[in-house]
Amino acid sequence: MPTTSYRQALNDTLRAELTRDENVFLLGEEIGIFEGSYKITAGLLKEFGPERVRDTPIAEEGFVGAAIGAAMLGMRPVVEIMTLNFSLVAIDQIVNHAAKIYGMFGGQTPVPMVIRFPGGGGQQLAATHSQNLEVWYAHVPGLKVVAPSTPADAKALLTAAIRDDDPVIFLENLSLYNTKGEVPDGEQIAEIGKAAVVKEGSDLTVITYSRGTVIALETARQLEDEGISVEVVDLRSLRPLDRETFCASVRKTSRAVVLEDDWLSYGIGAEISASLMEGAFDYLDAPVGRVAAAEVPLPYAKALEVAALPDASDLVRVIREVLDDTSFSR
Amino acid sequence: MTDQAAPVTAGSQAAGSFPGNEPPEVLIGYYREMVLIRKFELTADQMYKRAKIGGYCHLNLGEEATVVGLMAALQEKDYLFTNYRDHGYALSRGMDPGRVMAELFGKSTGVAKGRGGSMHLFDTQTRMLGGYGIVGGQLPPATGAALALTFRGKPGPDAEAVMCQMGDGTTNIGAFHESLNIAAIWNLPIVYVIVNNRLGMGTTVEAASGEPLLYKRGASYRMPGERVDGNDVVAVRDAATAALDRARVDRQPGLLEVMSFRLRGHSVVDPARYRSAADVEEAQAADPVPAFRAQLLAAGVFTEEQAVQIEDDATEKVASAVAFADSSPAPTPDELFDFAYATPVANAPQALPGQPAAAREPRL
Ligand SMILES: Cc1ncc(C[n+]2csc(CCOP(=O)(O)OP(=O)(O)O)c2C)c(N)n1
Ligand SMILES: [Mg+2]
Repeated sequence: MPTTSYRQALNDTLRAELTRDENVFLLGEEIGIFEGSYKITAGLLKEFGPERVRDTPIAEEGFVGAAIGAAMLGMRPVVEIMTLNFSLVAIDQIVNHAAKIYGMFGGQTPVPMVIRFPGGGGQQLAATHSQNLEVWYAHVPGLKVVAPSTPADAKALLTAAIRDDDPVIFLENLSLYNTKGEVPDGEQIAEIGKAAVVKEGSDLTVITYSRGTVIALETARQLEDEGISVEVVDLRSLRPLDRETFCASVRKTSRAVVLEDDWLSYGIGAEISASLMEGAFDYLDAPVGRVAAAEVPLPYAKALEVAALPDASDLVRVIREVLDDTSFSR
Repeated sequence: MTDQAAPVTAGSQAAGSFPGNEPPEVLIGYYREMVLIRKFELTADQMYKRAKIGGYCHLNLGEEATVVGLMAALQEKDYLFTNYRDHGYALSRGMDPGRVMAELFGKSTGVAKGRGGSMHLFDTQTRMLGGYGIVGGQLPPATGAALALTFRGKPGPDAEAVMCQMGDGTTNIGAFHESLNIAAIWNLPIVYVIVNNRLGMGTTVEAASGEPLLYKRGASYRMPGERVDGNDVVAVRDAATAALDRARVDRQPGLLEVMSFRLRGHSVVDPARYRSAADVEEAQAADPVPAFRAQLLAAGVFTEEQAVQIEDDATEKVASAVAFADSSPAPTPDELFDFAYATPVANAPQALPGQPAAAREPRL
């Protein structure tokens, strides 16, 4: 299987979908001449022209909303927002409009659109440019929210998102763009709403998504050498949430740790913990562990940034705590 | 663009040559629509007070000539986006009054199947793509609808166009400015219409707007702005037609400010105590429905009997709309998740309050 980067997988998929369906078009700031803030749209302007690879003014509310209206008339816009942080000025259009139009108007007009943006901190971009607010969107009925962690999923989930008739928030991550992986040739369409057990194990389940999956897999491999068998569930879809997959995993392993990039309170780990109470209560041998970001506006200074963001060492520590809680012996 | 305080495009009504070349049946048609809206709104008000209608309910009372003039300019192939003060637009656009009333009553037969209510009337058939309750929310999607038209058709006299209605207060929100700018740089076939009823809830245009001559706000985007007398149905129609033609043929987006009045409170529950007696008097004196009636009678366009007949017909229509809405079924709880998603998806939530989100496993 060919190996490619997450960035290239996104670029290839956009190209393939632009080629396949004339109703697909891209819009966003600096996606044309500049080729995207993170170069995801490199080369596409040249291939498809300025109508279909459309540079917008700095007006997130305006162009996200324009994508909604175009989608209502049958186009399939794929919006790029430079980073998740800037989606906040478009949140009225995303939450009050994109998410509502199909249901609130009685199912008359679908809104087939994708909004792509990277989340994530760790690049010393300071508080306003480093946020993980995916749970804000995952909270909202009417949206679908997907978060691929590998180049293969980037391709298959983006293809699915573009062909889906609902507004899909497509969460990328700054630290994943250069990661590489095998990507199958030909058309790949993921099923939105399904998590994946990306590594099997028997002692403990780590439930995570996006960047966290990379960390969890790496951690699981290390712990394997110590005789600790970690199962990793990659959520892939934050809305809908595939509770059955992670509950089934925890019913098998009896222990769970959530690794999330968002802030702890009210976060994804809170939702997963509550779901495990419902779906795996009697099977749990220890309280669910949560590894999330420290609850501060993320500081610029490297030492503080590192301290605030969850990383592999935090995950290993919490895994050990949960194992120790249950007198685990290898 | 002129610098006068209140330049008003004169129509045939104002020109003193009424009815000019207007065919009588056209004018009578406008009166029929205006009366239907008037009766519908007065009845909606009653129905609200009888708790048949819930939520917020904003009426077009006083804006009938504006609504009918705008809708007369809009062709079947065009698209319409409006704010929440939308009943009249839905009726004039051709939605069945029974289905509009049923939406207000929250019934399954409503134009949005009872999911939207008064503020969210919507019908793909008549190309009225909402009714939006968030101030300014309709502007970006309307702009995007115009963008979609540029993908699917060429400019020309037969091209489709979009009309996006809003209130005066809406010109102060960011979405207004972002949308006009986008329409201007992309040459989109859209006409933004400001219905200036002088108030956003209780706030006057002067209190809220750095440039209270709202039609001038198009200048920032080199967009032609024009002001027209909203009580002159023909003038409104002509101004809107001309603006739509520029949108169709030249892909020149436009801004039309229609000077109108709100006869009542902001919504049915608002007694509007903040309005001065003089202000209310001015609005009532300008009431377009009796004024147009008198004009048509004076010009011999119709007789008193014909006018009464039109009014009785409207009363009858609204009564059967109420009967239809009343006898229609309400949606049942098993339909709650029917329109959760357009593309079905695994693990879509279906839990009712108190039900677990994750399937509970039997206790060990
Ligand atoms: C973003 C937002 N802010 C506030 C409101 C509450 N609100 C509803 S209507 C309205 C006044 C709008 O006035 P205008 O645009 O002149 O329209 P009109 O009601 O006169 O038709 C306000 C403040 C809202 N619906 N949306
Ligand atoms: Mg107003």
